[in-house]
Amino acid sequence: MKVEQISIFIENKSGRLAEITRVLSDAGINIRALSLADTSDFGILRLIVNNGAKATEVLKEKGFTVSKTEVVAVEVPDRPGGLSAILQALDKDSINVEYMYAFVERCGGNAVIIFRFDETDKAIASLQAQNFNMLEGNRIYNM
Amino acid sequence: MFFNEEFETLPRPALEALQLKRLQSTLERVYANVPFYKASFDAAGIKPSIVTHLQDLQKLPFTTKQDMRNSYPYGLFAAPMDEIVRIHASSGTTGKPTVVGYTRKDITTWSELMARSFVAAGAHKGDIIHNAYGYGLFTGGLGAHYGAELLGASVIPISGGNTKRQIMIMQDFGSTVLTCTPSYSLFMAEESQAEGVDFKNLKLRVGIFGAEPWSEAMRTEIENKLNLSAIDIYGLSEIMGPGVAIECIEAKRGLHIWEDHFIPEIINPLTGELLPEGEKGELVITTITKQGIPLIRYRTRDITSLTYEPCVCGRTHARIARMSGRSDDMLIIRGVNVFPSQIESVLVGIEGIEPHYMLIVDRLGTLDTLTVQVEISELLFSDEIKVLQALSRRVEKEIKDMLGVTCTAKLVEPKTIQRSEGKAQRVIDNRKLV
Repeated sequence: MKVEQISIFIENKSGRLAEITRVLSDAGINIRALSLADTSDFGILRLIVNNGAKATEVLKEKGFTVSKTEVVAVEVPDRPGGLSAILQALDKDSINVEYMYAFVERCGGNAVIIFRFDETDKAIASLQAQNFNMLEGNRIYNM
Repeated sequence: MFFNEEFETLPRPALEALQLKRLQSTLERVYANVPFYKASFDAAGIKPSIVTHLQDLQKLPFTTKQDMRNSYPYGLFAAPMDEIVRIHASSGTTGKPTVVGYTRKDITTWSELMARSFVAAGAHKGDIIHNAYGYGLFTGGLGAHYGAELLGASVIPISGGNTKRQIMIMQDFGSTVLTCTPSYSLFMAEESQAEGVDFKNLKLRVGIFGAEPWSEAMRTEIENKLNLSAIDIYGLSEIMGPGVAIECIEAKRGLHIWEDHFIPEIINPLTGELLPEGEKGELVITTITKQGIPLIRYRTRDITSLTYEPCVCGRTHARIARMSGRSDDMLIIRGVNVFPSQIESVLVGIEGIEPHYMLIVDRLGTLDTLTVQVEISELLFSDEIKVLQALSRRVEKEIKDMLGVTCTAKLVEPKTIQRSEGKAQRVIDNRKLV
């Protein structure tokens, strides 16, 4: 149920994001989902791609600092209250969300939310118990 | 082990008698041959003959780097040009370079002092010395080279640069002693990882590092990463070049300055007043055997202290402490004296931080600001903003605790801070001082 996400340290200067996407494009890597967390000095680019191992390799070759993180992809009905239901369920089991970001699936009426929890396994168990649908990594990578 | 046991262990009374005799003859020589010294002694109303004790040295005026620049290029030479067999010059980052000339005897002396230094560091005949100091106008390369040959070691005159080739040669030629700047040694360690070479599999036993100030914490880091014993060497082209002073491998506590050739003093850099043994101040050196360009009370701008305590190695020559900075490198930030080397020792104390850093000083309105750029490493990188921010806060707090100065720590991408194959540039001062 875990999805592999890669995170890249980006100094806050022009052209860095363009450089990362260029490196990935040259290696034929497709970005499935992304989020950028930023502060005044630096940012962290979080990506889910179709080939995480290769993306890590080519980025490291270019001198980027890359790490791997496990996240959880949860399917949410694309209607009012969809996200709220998940967050209430997590809150009931006192599960803390480190960060999250969303993307809308191309087909079907559902959105997908990517979550990073401090206790990933506990969160998966809680969501399963409450009948939320989580997507396998392979489904996301090959979407 | 000694290279010249008799002179390296000369009892203090005999050493001081020799110093006085050599000082007196140097003073006569410069007064007679160097117009600058005749003018400066005359202006102070002093004749060389007033020096009848070593303590009289402090009555003489100082020589500064500016005096050398004013005499550019050959004005301070005390020997005729047809006796000068070598010319070196220091980097002229601010104006013209300072030029020094050596007679044949000066080269012989320098070679001996450098050979003594190698032995003090634990090197011997049979060693393969990988000399990565730059060859050329800079004294590092040739100075170490001649000493290594006199010692009877095999010298690899690789000079600086082309780090991949350096690593290949160290591995294939079986280098046992490395000589370079401390920052370059760490750069080599970093590159060796990329090359898949582990320093633990190399034959290096001793590293002799100098030409820039470094810290005790950096020594530990170098010794761990390069798997060798790291020794601090001191020298400056104005006085001779490398080999003016060196740590002995027995104690690694302070650098023996070869007192049968140099007289060290420590002064208050602001007042010029002589400081007692053990107090920190600017190192002043008088050369007492040099022929080409003897210097009287030369202000090195290097900050250190001096001790005459006997050393376990048996050498009787005084020791200077590891250089803690330069009086002209010293930054004054909101009234606090800051040496880049102090910041460095804080940084290497934080696990995972690489000792590559840049200090940026600026002035916002009337307030000085200090930004410390630190490279993020894979070990430190976290996917979470709060972890990285906590790391920045920790750097800021430790610098504040140690130095009493407030700074902003800024994380930058790995390998983006300029690496140096010579002296590292650590400070950018953008303040426009009126």
